[in-house]
Amino acid sequence: MKQFVSLFQSIDQTTSTNLKKDAICKYLSEASADDAAWAIYFLSGRRLKRLIGVQQLKEWLYQKVDLPEWLIDDTYSSVGDLAETIALLVDASEPKEQESLSLSQWLASRILPLRTVGIDQQREIVTSWWSTLDYDTCFIINKLLTGALRIGVSQSLAAAAVAQHSDLPKPTILHRLMGKWEPTAEFFEQLVSADDGSAQISRPYPFCLAAGLETAPEALGDVALWQVEWKWDGIRAQIVRREGHCFIWSRGEELIETRFPEITEQAMLLPDGTVLDGEILAWSQEGGVMEFSQLQRRIGRKTAGKKLLSEVPCAFLAYDLLEHDGLDMRQHPLADRRESLEKLLRSCSTGLKISDTLEQDDWNELAVLRAESRARQVEGLMVKKKDSHYGTGRKRGIWWKWKIEPYTIDAVLLYAQAGHGRRANLYTDYTFGVWSGADLVPIAKAYSGLSDKEIRTLDKWIRKHTIERFGPVRSVELEQVFELAFEGINRSTRHKSGIAVRFPRIVRWRQDLSAKEADTLEQVTSLIADS
Amino acid sequence: MHDKSDTLIKATSNGLICEAGGFAIDPWEPSELALITHAHADHARPGSERYISTPDSVALLKRRLGDTIDIRAVNYNEPIRLGSTDVSFHPAGHVLGSAQIRVEQAGNVWVFTGDFKRDFDPTCLPFELVPCDTLITEATFALPVYRWQSGREVAGEIAHWWNLNIEADRPSVLFCYSLGKAQRVLAELMHYCSRSVFLHGAVAPLTDIYRREGVAMLPTQQLDLKEKRNYNAELVIAPPGAAGSTWMRRFKGASTGFCSGWMRVRGNRRRRGYDRGFVLSDHADWPALIQTIKECGAKKILTTHGQSETLVRYLRELGYSADELSTQYTSNDAETETLTAANDAVVNDRHQT
Repeated sequence: MKQFVSLFQSIDQTTSTNLKKDAICKYLSEASADDAAWAIYFLSGRRLKRLIGVQQLKEWLYQKVDLPEWLIDDTYSSVGDLAETIALLVDASEPKEQESLSLSQWLASRILPLRTVGIDQQREIVTSWWSTLDYDTCFIINKLLTGALRIGVSQSLAAAAVAQHSDLPKPTILHRLMGKWEPTAEFFEQLVSADDGSAQISRPYPFCLAAGLETAPEALGDVALWQVEWKWDGIRAQIVRREGHCFIWSRGEELIETRFPEITEQAMLLPDGTVLDGEILAWSQEGGVMEFSQLQRRIGRKTAGKKLLSEVPCAFLAYDLLEHDGLDMRQHPLADRRESLEKLLRSCSTGLKISDTLEQDDWNELAVLRAESRARQVEGLMVKKKDSHYGTGRKRGIWWKWKIEPYTIDAVLLYAQAGHGRRANLYTDYTFGVWSGADLVPIAKAYSGLSDKEIRTLDKWIRKHTIERFGPVRSVELEQVFELAFEGINRSTRHKSGIAVRFPRIVRWRQDLSAKEADTLEQVTSLIADS
Repeated sequence: MHDKSDTLIKATSNGLICEAGGFAIDPWEPSELALITHAHADHARPGSERYISTPDSVALLKRRLGDTIDIRAVNYNEPIRLGSTDVSFHPAGHVLGSAQIRVEQAGNVWVFTGDFKRDFDPTCLPFELVPCDTLITEATFALPVYRWQSGREVAGEIAHWWNLNIEADRPSVLFCYSLGKAQRVLAELMHYCSRSVFLHGAVAPLTDIYRREGVAMLPTQQLDLKEKRNYNAELVIAPPGAAGSTWMRRFKGASTGFCSGWMRVRGNRRRRGYDRGFVLSDHADWPALIQTIKECGAKKILTTHGQSETLVRYLRELGYSADELSTQYTSNDAETETLTAANDAVVNDRHQT
């Protein structure tokens, strides 16, 4: 563990991406393959399946530390990270264990076996670690217990480090890190070998991500060079059909085939050695795409019951062919891939749909279509270069999303809560409301959109103008107005306001407006009719 | 109906006022007579007619408030009579010249700690415990996660970091509050090396004053902004306000560090984008706050700036009569040291050019 703790320190003690990468490389070359596998597992953002709940750890902390519970809660809300709060609060204890187990040994002989014992024993074991471990080790172990490590290394950086260590291209490493794998010595050896042999049959490809189009589309040149589609508002997914099996991966690399049995059934009709990129949508035979909130009902269920299946049928709209006849197609131009995709779906009549291309002669006509986006329940247009290969991650210039302008409203700040991680101890999580008669009803929560300077100013204001505290949440004087943007709006029975908005964020702080001038619920609700 | 003893010192919109003594303590608005606990900008403000401070604070206050202020020096532990009160200054261990102020009237004793710490600091007299009936205490770091290592240990970490940067042939830029923290670091570093340190223009004049008052520190030289040279392997001490400014450009590839109690929490450091955070504070940590409150014997505790609410609630649960005082001492959030120091930097840069 010492070695891994020292890797953590090296990473944590620099803001330079290159130095972080060098530190990971150094670790990979010195560590055993077992340790390296676990290190990459955690650094690339993977986590242990829920071992011990956050609430549980808090309970144990209450018992362990001789302080009132509210004070521990206040402290946690100020520190913004439970693993760190625990390490800081128990740090006083004197005797330290001489640490000799490595990362993989810690996992195999200590952490993973926690699953096999009862809760009382879990508490005994974990709290005894708290008493004996040094601060950094305690912090890291707590991080592993509570979820993702998240220490300032992105998946991309972890992959870059493996690539540098193994002298392989980064896209190859990113691909090998996709999907399901176990952090074993064997896996790590394959990860860094020139030929990784027979890959996991379920392994998806890294998704190609689009960048937002910030210029006028004319800047992209001749419209004929581009393939244009609707920008669907569903779940991005990859269908992997290999060796008699079918896997459906979400972009978050979760397997979701059991949630969408009707799509799996269709996908089974694809020939072996096929991988499709596309979108899962709630889709009715008669009306086509349904509201996103309907799809949400399906996302929430591990398996869907008959009633839900018939109320919210789902469809897969394919837009790219990544593997064909067992061959990786990603280096072929999009136009060729599209042609193969159309041919494939025609020939095997699976019921899987294709995302239609919009054939228009100029950008103006496309702009007209784009204006219909809301009525068509889409988010705008996707513009993809016809001669481009399928990129790994967000590569500018290949795929553009030409989204519709968001809805905007003016709303009043009602509540604030301190953030986590680098926003610890700063009030950065806000709840906003609009007028319903003489009252303000909460309409949206937003966390992003303000500059660091604005956040600090607002934080000070919040501290000075708090009306009431509810645990970590403060209600504030009804004075500050913000312009919020969001992508979608639906009726909702779960919200007091009766509506739910999607992707709300702050556009600007309207210091020129008084609370009275903020929008009313009526005005906001009228946007629904608009869609 | 207020008992007089209840309000020997009160918080008004102008600052802490003692009517019976006819003076204000660290007022934020000009007053006739201002007693100053120490020379930090949020405690020592310009405009008052007369000032009283400890002798060690005089030079610092003149530097901050101007040579022409009317200031009287009173030794630590030397009682003076003001109005119907007896007043004395006692070491607070915060920075050079820092004091707690004790006010007694008819056997009723109040003490205002100003800013204080109880850890050893080679640049100032150690904190003195002053028994009292009512204690007005700072509460900057009143959360149990704030616990300090000794300054010596932290200086060891800084020296180690500097050595690593020497090996990697890059500059070390250490951000410290320019009055107090910078000099404490320079003094503690003497245990680890004897190299010379470069100082930002906001830090150098204050360091000179410390030297004149007899504080032993590493040799230093003020950065010459016109000189073109590289600072690889050098240690540069600057106020936090200089971070991210064009001033930083001359230290290409530098590793940056920040010395502050706030660095105890990882998110505070990451948000500011420093490579290293060194947990070194001139304020009392949680154990020292609680210890002081218990030892001074006061039955009533009033808190100023910082985690006041938290401390008050905790003390009430322990059976104390405790309340928050509303003041404008600004160390109530993580940005203060940065902001105050940034102002220093601006003022002093102007002096330079």
